[in-house]
Amino acid sequence: MSEFLHMSGYAVYVWTSYIVGVGALLINVWWARRNLARARLAAARRIATRESAP
Amino acid sequence: MSWAWFHRFGSPPYFYRVAGLLTPWFAWPAAVLLVVGLGWGLFVSPPDKLQGDAYRIIYIHVPNSWLSLMSYSAMAVSAAIGLIWRIKVAHAVAAAIAPAGAAFTAVSLLTGMLWGQPMWGTYWAWDPRIVFELVLLFFFLGYIALRSAIDDLNRADRTSAVLAIVGVVNVPIVHYSVIWWNSLHQAPSVLRTDGPSMPIQMLAPLLVSFLGFTLYFVAVMLVRARAEVLHRERGGDWIREAVAMHGNSP
Amino acid sequence: MSSLQSSAWRAASTVIRRDLLLAFRRPGEWLQPLAFFLIVTLLFPLSTDPELARLRQLAPAALWVALLLASMLALDFLFREDANDGTLEQLALSGQPFAVLLLAKTATHWMLTGLPLAVVAPLAAVALGAPASSVPQVLVTLLLGSVSLSLIGSIGAGLTLGVRRSGALLSLLVLPLAIPTLVFGARATQLAMVGESVAGPLYLLGALAVLGLTLAPLAAAAAVRISLE
Repeated sequence: MSEFLHMSGYAVYVWTSYIVGVGALLINVWWARRNLARARLAAARRIATRESAP
Repeated sequence: MSWAWFHRFGSPPYFYRVAGLLTPWFAWPAAVLLVVGLGWGLFVSPPDKLQGDAYRIIYIHVPNSWLSLMSYSAMAVSAAIGLIWRIKVAHAVAAAIAPAGAAFTAVSLLTGMLWGQPMWGTYWAWDPRIVFELVLLFFFLGYIALRSAIDDLNRADRTSAVLAIVGVVNVPIVHYSVIWWNSLHQAPSVLRTDGPSMPIQMLAPLLVSFLGFTLYFVAVMLVRARAEVLHRERGGDWIREAVAMHGNSP
Repeated sequence: MSSLQSSAWRAASTVIRRDLLLAFRRPGEWLQPLAFFLIVTLLFPLSTDPELARLRQLAPAALWVALLLASMLALDFLFREDANDGTLEQLALSGQPFAVLLLAKTATHWMLTGLPLAVVAPLAAVALGAPASSVPQVLVTLLLGSVSLSLIGSIGAGLTLGVRRSGALLSLLVLPLAIPTLVFGARATQLAMVGESVAGPLYLLGALAVLGLTLAPLAAAAAVRISLE
């Protein structure tokens, strides 16, 4: 197991790469979904103000 | 018949609805393929003779590189469609691609650096492919910056579309740079006319990961594009339903 | 020449004449990029060991970076005035091919900024240790490079017309496009300074200039039209 983590001496490079790569994937997902939620809220607010205005 | 399909996608309510339905069909397979592909590459495939286990970075680096080029091209094509046919949804798609595209490019550069240090002995080299990939990152960032600097959304869309189209010339340059110049990068070993030169045990997880990354890209793009379409809405009943339909769940 | 072509040609020369006239009324403005270039070039020997051999190594890079930065500075003068007073709109509506008119403006701009920079630069090169024999070749490389930079700059200027305080954004957009010109130009200057043939990079610089000449006005016209909407 530790042999595997060691990655024949390249541990730092390999694991950092994977953390960066997978991390970017996760951040993008979270960010995109948050974006959509906020856009929904903003659109709802816009409709509300439009409909309440005379 | 095909043009009707094309125009239907240009309608914001249709796009919003269909994109929402399609997203899980891309997202879940992407997740599975990524776990399988990356896991295979990380745990199962055998170490390389020359590079030992360091070559495993390829499973992150290469798909991100390919996707940086593919996503920029998609962004440029979308922007061109929006500009020529004045379809707002196309602009929304282009805007949706940019952040992910920038991320792919950045990860490609970073993992390239992390791979370069053990392999070539240096984190950075003024190698043509690396330089032009960096240029691609600047184009993505420039696109995002230009878009946010212009207040009027319509003008922002169209101005940044011109930039996206101008920058697409960079994409073939990145790909062919390893052939045109003496470069640290090797000549293409997969996208070649006489077939790939990598052994199948190493190639297979790469292709699986690449497919996973591509589906992931489409899924994220769909989610962002829906948000962008909402920003551009001008009214109409569909908005009320779209926003109320899912309640508070995303 | 067909009458359509000759009217476009006449319109272009009118634009050039007008722009030159306006520029000569305010010569101070056009000297600014030149002064900036000289100051930046001066900063290099001041910030490092002023031994001539070392400066000679630094000179091509210093010259081209200074050229690039001075060109960025000068881009502000390209479209902004005419956009503010409505002239640009008139040109767009004139019925003449807009790209040709913008090319005429860019050409005038180059004559007033790029050309003087390219002429002064070899002198700065000599000050940084270049042999006097290299001056003609250095001049040619800088002339070609400045043409490309003006053309690329016109795209950036067109894109950022609608943006306030666009200095940094303009650089972000123009510099990536300018990198090939920078790379080949610096290489050509370097070869010229050691007395070797500059043919290779010079041809590439020429190709870039021609490419810019054909494509840049079209992109700039598209960008400006959108900004004027």
